[in-house]
Amino acid sequence: MFKLIESDAPQRRRICEIFVDGEPCQAMIGEPLAAALLKANCVPMRYTPVSGAPRAPLCMMGVCFECLVEVDGTPNVQACATPVREGMHVRLIHGARSIGQLGGAAQ
Amino acid sequence: MTKHETDFIVVGGGVVGASIAYGLLRRGLTVNLLDEGDDAFRAARGNFGLVWVQGKGANSTAYARWTVQAAARWQSFSSALAALTGIDVQLQQRGGLHLCLDNSELARRDEELKGIASTIGEPYPYEILDRKAVQHRVLGVGPDVVGGSFCPMDGHANPLRLLKAMHAAVHMLGGTHVPGHHVEMIEYRSGAYELKTPHARFRAPRIVLAAGLGNRQLAPMVGLRAPVEPIRGQVLVCERALPFLDLPTLHVRQTGDGGIQIGDSKEDVGFDDGTSLEQMSQIAARAVRCFPDIGNLNVVRAWGALRVMTGDGLPIYEESSDQPGAFVISCHSGITLAAMHAEVLVHWLCGNPKPDLITGFNAERFDVQAH
Repeated sequence: MFKLIESDAPQRRRICEIFVDGEPCQAMIGEPLAAALLKANCVPMRYTPVSGAPRAPLCMMGVCFECLVEVDGTPNVQACATPVREGMHVRLIHGARSIGQLGGAAQ
Repeated sequence: MTKHETDFIVVGGGVVGASIAYGLLRRGLTVNLLDEGDDAFRAARGNFGLVWVQGKGANSTAYARWTVQAAARWQSFSSALAALTGIDVQLQQRGGLHLCLDNSELARRDEELKGIASTIGEPYPYEILDRKAVQHRVLGVGPDVVGGSFCPMDGHANPLRLLKAMHAAVHMLGGTHVPGHHVEMIEYRSGAYELKTPHARFRAPRIVLAAGLGNRQLAPMVGLRAPVEPIRGQVLVCERALPFLDLPTLHVRQTGDGGIQIGDSKEDVGFDDGTSLEQMSQIAARAVRCFPDIGNLNVVRAWGALRVMTGDGLPIYEESSDQPGAFVISCHSGITLAAMHAEVLVHWLCGNPKPDLITGFNAERFDVQAH
């Protein structure tokens, strides 16, 4: 559904591999993680903690907090404001996060 | 200009004014609830949401008893609101904790609660807890917590849902909430008060000023005084998490939706309802000492709000002696006292004798004694 717009600017970004819920997936180093996840068709990207409603990135500029994902073990990271790094492990979020060792595991 | 005539006008659409309007409407009276715009100082939208008994009224037995009775009414009050409006205000009233970070704080707390319990003249259940007993009540307590106090009458609710529910109730019972009307002038004319706003005139034989800090300007228009001052509190809200905190504490609570609210700063900075890094750091640091795992959470919102405080922290409930039928109501604890305001206070506003407990809550107590 989502793909890169063709442009005249030379594409200098390097392709890398990231992992989404354990599955390998191609992305470009330095692109916004939310963009990479949209291209990988990770929609809905999360479900809200209160109503369980599905959510996907909306603003893509750090304001709406709809694109929260877990990155390398850190929950609720804004994917639109996180550049892709080689080998990053991303988990999609269902419901509220846990706090420390309290409140059980998030999932 | 149009005139709107009702039995009562309540000035102030916050928690205090809405509680009173709701109570009046339940008695079958007609009410206009006048409110300002979103540029007003709105303690009702910035507060912490505690239904809190422990420690209140250390300087006034009457206020301690008024508070205990208010807390006792909360469960049925919120049930009635939910039955009418379908809005659950997320009341949890299984007790509350005040955590202490050193032994002298704990000793002071013990003294203070002992003092209230020995003078209040009615049951005042509370426990002083050592560290182990605190850990028995809540998980994840930090190593700096030496103990605390627990009071089973305490609880918390969602203050925004409460305000929404009361506004819905006002509407459903036939009252009118009129936002965007700043009262500029109050005149008594041929048997009723006339309130002039930039857009309209409103008439009623009885008026209740419940405009928070706005009462400072309004009260003198009907021969009353409301010497209230703004005391700023700053609040931090962290992202929603799975439930971990079973009880609210004075400084940290987990809301019904999972968010962590951190608060209880107190500053005298005039009418500045902003935030400051210094205060936010202090309240965050205390919260993390109480519950270290909170340090892992992202803060998603922060704000300042202005408490409506009298010099002694007690309310003003007063009818004008010059202009009967005009009342001023100012208090800091609008959430805790909501049921008292909707029920007991409204009984008085309708022409019944003033309840004994609150006869002393007049503004004249602040007058300097002449010698």
